[in-house]
Amino acid sequence: MKRIGTAVAGAAALALIPILLLSIGCAKRADEIVIGEYGSLTGTTATFGISTKNGIELYMDGMNAAGGIGGTKVRVIVEDDQSRPEEAATAVSKLIDQDGVIAVLGEVASSRSMAAAPACQNAGVPMISPSSTNPKVTEIGDHIFRVCYIDPFQGMVIAKFAKSTLGLNRAAILRDNKNDYSVGLANYFAEAYKALGGTIVADEAYAEGDQDFKAQLTVLRAKKPQFIMVPGYYTEVGLIARQARELGIVAPMLGGDGWVSDRLLEIAQDALNGSYFVNHYWENDTNPAIQKFVTEFRARYKATPDGLAALGYDAAGVLVNALKRLREEDPKAFNALKGPRGDAQTAARAKLRDLIASTKDFPGVTGRITLDAARNAVKPAVFLGIKNRQYEFVAAVEP
Amino acid sequence: MTRRLVLGAAILGAVFLLDRALVQGMNPYIYRILVLCGLNVILAMSLNLVNGVTGQFSIGHAGFMAVGAYTSAAFTVYATPRLFGVEPGASAGAAAGPFLLAILIGGILAAVAGILVGLPSMRLRGDYLAIVTLGFGEIIRVAILNIDSVGGARGFAGVPQRANLGWVAAFCVITFFVIRNLIRSYHGRALLAIREDEIAAEALGVPTTRYKVAAFTISAFFAGVAGALFSHYTYLHTNSFTFMKSIEVIVMVVLGGMGSLTGSIVGATLLTALPEALRFASADRLIIYSALLIVLMITRPQGLMGHREFSLAPLARRLRGRAKGSAPGSAGP
Amino acid sequence: MQELLQQLANGIAWGSIYALIALGYTMVYGILRLINFAHGDVYMVGAFTAYFSARALGAGGVDPSPAYALLVLVIAMAACAVLGVLIEFFAYRPVRRSSRLTALITAIGVSLLLENLGIRIFGADPKFFPQLVPPRNITLTEGVVVTNHQVTVVVVSMALMVGLTLFITRTRTGKAMRAVAFHRDAASLMGIPVNRIITITFAIGSALAAAAGVLVGLTNPKIEPLMGIMPGVKAFVAAVLGGIGSIPGAVIGGLTMGVSEYLVVGYVSSTFRDAIAFIILILVLLIKPTGLLGRNVAEKV
Repeated sequence: MKRIGTAVAGAAALALIPILLLSIGCAKRADEIVIGEYGSLTGTTATFGISTKNGIELYMDGMNAAGGIGGTKVRVIVEDDQSRPEEAATAVSKLIDQDGVIAVLGEVASSRSMAAAPACQNAGVPMISPSSTNPKVTEIGDHIFRVCYIDPFQGMVIAKFAKSTLGLNRAAILRDNKNDYSVGLANYFAEAYKALGGTIVADEAYAEGDQDFKAQLTVLRAKKPQFIMVPGYYTEVGLIARQARELGIVAPMLGGDGWVSDRLLEIAQDALNGSYFVNHYWENDTNPAIQKFVTEFRARYKATPDGLAALGYDAAGVLVNALKRLREEDPKAFNALKGPRGDAQTAARAKLRDLIASTKDFPGVTGRITLDAARNAVKPAVFLGIKNRQYEFVAAVEP
Repeated sequence: MTRRLVLGAAILGAVFLLDRALVQGMNPYIYRILVLCGLNVILAMSLNLVNGVTGQFSIGHAGFMAVGAYTSAAFTVYATPRLFGVEPGASAGAAAGPFLLAILIGGILAAVAGILVGLPSMRLRGDYLAIVTLGFGEIIRVAILNIDSVGGARGFAGVPQRANLGWVAAFCVITFFVIRNLIRSYHGRALLAIREDEIAAEALGVPTTRYKVAAFTISAFFAGVAGALFSHYTYLHTNSFTFMKSIEVIVMVVLGGMGSLTGSIVGATLLTALPEALRFASADRLIIYSALLIVLMITRPQGLMGHREFSLAPLARRLRGRAKGSAPGSAGP
Repeated sequence: MQELLQQLANGIAWGSIYALIALGYTMVYGILRLINFAHGDVYMVGAFTAYFSARALGAGGVDPSPAYALLVLVIAMAACAVLGVLIEFFAYRPVRRSSRLTALITAIGVSLLLENLGIRIFGADPKFFPQLVPPRNITLTEGVVVTNHQVTVVVVSMALMVGLTLFITRTRTGKAMRAVAFHRDAASLMGIPVNRIITITFAIGSALAAAAGVLVGLTNPKIEPLMGIMPGVKAFVAAVLGGIGSIPGAVIGGLTMGVSEYLVVGYVSSTFRDAIAFIILILVLLIKPTGLLGRNVAEKV
């Protein structure tokens, strides 16, 4: 009996060693502001997390190189969540409780944002999600913000565009059943489209990472839809379009901001001609901010930014913008953010939260961002058409 | 027997008090890691019963965890308010009874799933069990993704966060004692016999299939319990129960030592805490992880502890000056 | 009817990919009794090798042509044959005498290592596989359309399967392989160089996986480091279904898997596409554990 007791005690003692190791915090330099970022740098959706990280990195490095916030540099601590919700919560807990960050940027997937948001809310640390579209994310609390569209808005906009602008009455949906963005957008689209009097003739599913969609597409073909709504990511949409054309489906495709990437047309080639999707901006927009972003991103990462990178860039922008305003309005509070945890810093973070919430007409690369009372971004949606492998501006829908 | 019950009750009581004390002044990050450690310890010990003690090969432990997680969460969200009038926002004290019931339901349904998966494959060679359990994990995820009432791909929102370190530690202790007593019993020897030589065990009259399925079912039960605790602790989404999760638990078992329960505790703790300490190398973490696995298999396939149990008893005896020449770590079955 | 024929045609083309991967599984399992989990990832490496070699060659201004495609295919197969041999030598050979469990965990480790190295080296974002052969549609009957790529996939798979069968049955090395599969120690006593035979097996199996990777890149031109996981597992199920160790069995199993996936999507629900493989597996294990063409091997006492 005694032996078991000691065995358990021994194991527990051993268990504590690594935890003690962990308790050694990192040193904080005096004149900088430390913020945290968490994202899926590895795992099934690594490509989205890395895009977002690049966008944030580009903004922060540019801003720091240009002198920071009145001489104060911003340091970003990036943590990987392996594309898993419980890891996202742990990563954010580490950022807040171990590194003492004063604000958090992340995640792409709504499920991971929802896993991590309570930690931010409870600690009074503002969190800005670049691209979590589930309406429930910001409902978690008044410290949670986002700079992207929410599913109901985008679903409604696409439904209206299809029904009213294009005059199409028979839709088929091909959704990514493993991806929360895709499922959310598909549901809200279907709801809005039916409410407008349209018919959904088929609703099929695939899984992220799939290579072959011809079985689903053959089913869709038999139902003769006038268009196919594909609320997925560019990683699959290009292939879906190709295979649809190979099966002789000529109906156009419609999609959301998950399509935004150069890879889309590289993979689809001519297959997406005649299709439409929602974007935050138009690449050939003459807006110098957009041109600067696209050029710098290309130069640094040898790739064209996708929508996620642009949203990451803007999430960082909105945060820095609020920090700048804080420094102007209340330099003492701004300095408190550089200091240790304590009452002064808590008050300063509350001020920062208020300033983020009052973001108005922030000139981001994904449009003019205003945060509404529900802490969601209000910005116009841009419809782009694809013609001869070129994007063309079709319509801008004001919220 | 009564002494054991008293000891068990005392440990459980101490654990709850410990949780009350810890939650006050503790860094929430460390607290969270301790909880995750505890969950992994339950998972590793339960998997050890199949992979280590019985010598079978299950690579779908996350699937059973998912069954327990989703059924208990669904019970808490849909049945608890109706049956007990306990709403999701209820205080921890009022919800304790229904939560315990939810945990048990999660465990039992996972055990049922274990029987369903175990029966067809246990009659065959070990490799088939591996593939069937892998497939089972995938089927479960596909099924959950298609059930709207538990959120599908968007995740199950609104599950009250009722688990804490006290609950997790209590179930760690329960799991440890149940499995340890099982291993040391008559039945446990039958399981060990199957691991050492299945054909010989059969020849000696051990009903091997029945024992294998029983071990598998018990293992699934505790995986379900861990899942139930997990689902009441963090946001519930199928991405937590991928093949990668099953592999992680296997590595914990292998690292600690196949068949060594205390080894599983050590392995689970190390592999939960070390990745946190190694966060600076996070991009290469999985590369290191897999390379480590290969090297470990080549150089020390029996794991750090082998079949032995970790124990401080010999040390304690020596300190008391009553060393009787017993070698350290001789407490194995 | 038209829809059914279309589903069947596509299912066969898709199943041919599974068949090619399953051939490698079945050969390795037949000889080593090891589920080579890394096989699906060798398939991924094959696709990436082809991607990089096609781009390297393409820089020299070569036009897309079948000869060019064949060259890329050969390069990828050769590279993966080497990779397979290396994996066997460094990871599997040291654990060959250990328990099956140890070997299986090693295989999982190799698989994870290849996937994560793939993410690190190739990047996590999907790559567009170059169009080595321009795509063209072929109408079989009214409303049943396939592409020349799909036809190529089926033809190449069948050719490789026939070639492999001839190799196994007609050549000295093939006979030695069968002997090693039958009883390794006895074969060794008969003077068969077992190590060399196992090396050859890995080389051939990995080359076939690479061929599958190139063919997938050709028909579905998007490749990424995690592309091998699901096809790998499904191909193993195909090998079990056909009877593990049997070459025609692997092909029949692969085709059955491809077709049943298509039929499930067409007539049951697209959400169960990934689940059908495992439902088939459990049914096979319940009804005929040796698979369709498997030999009944009694457990050795």
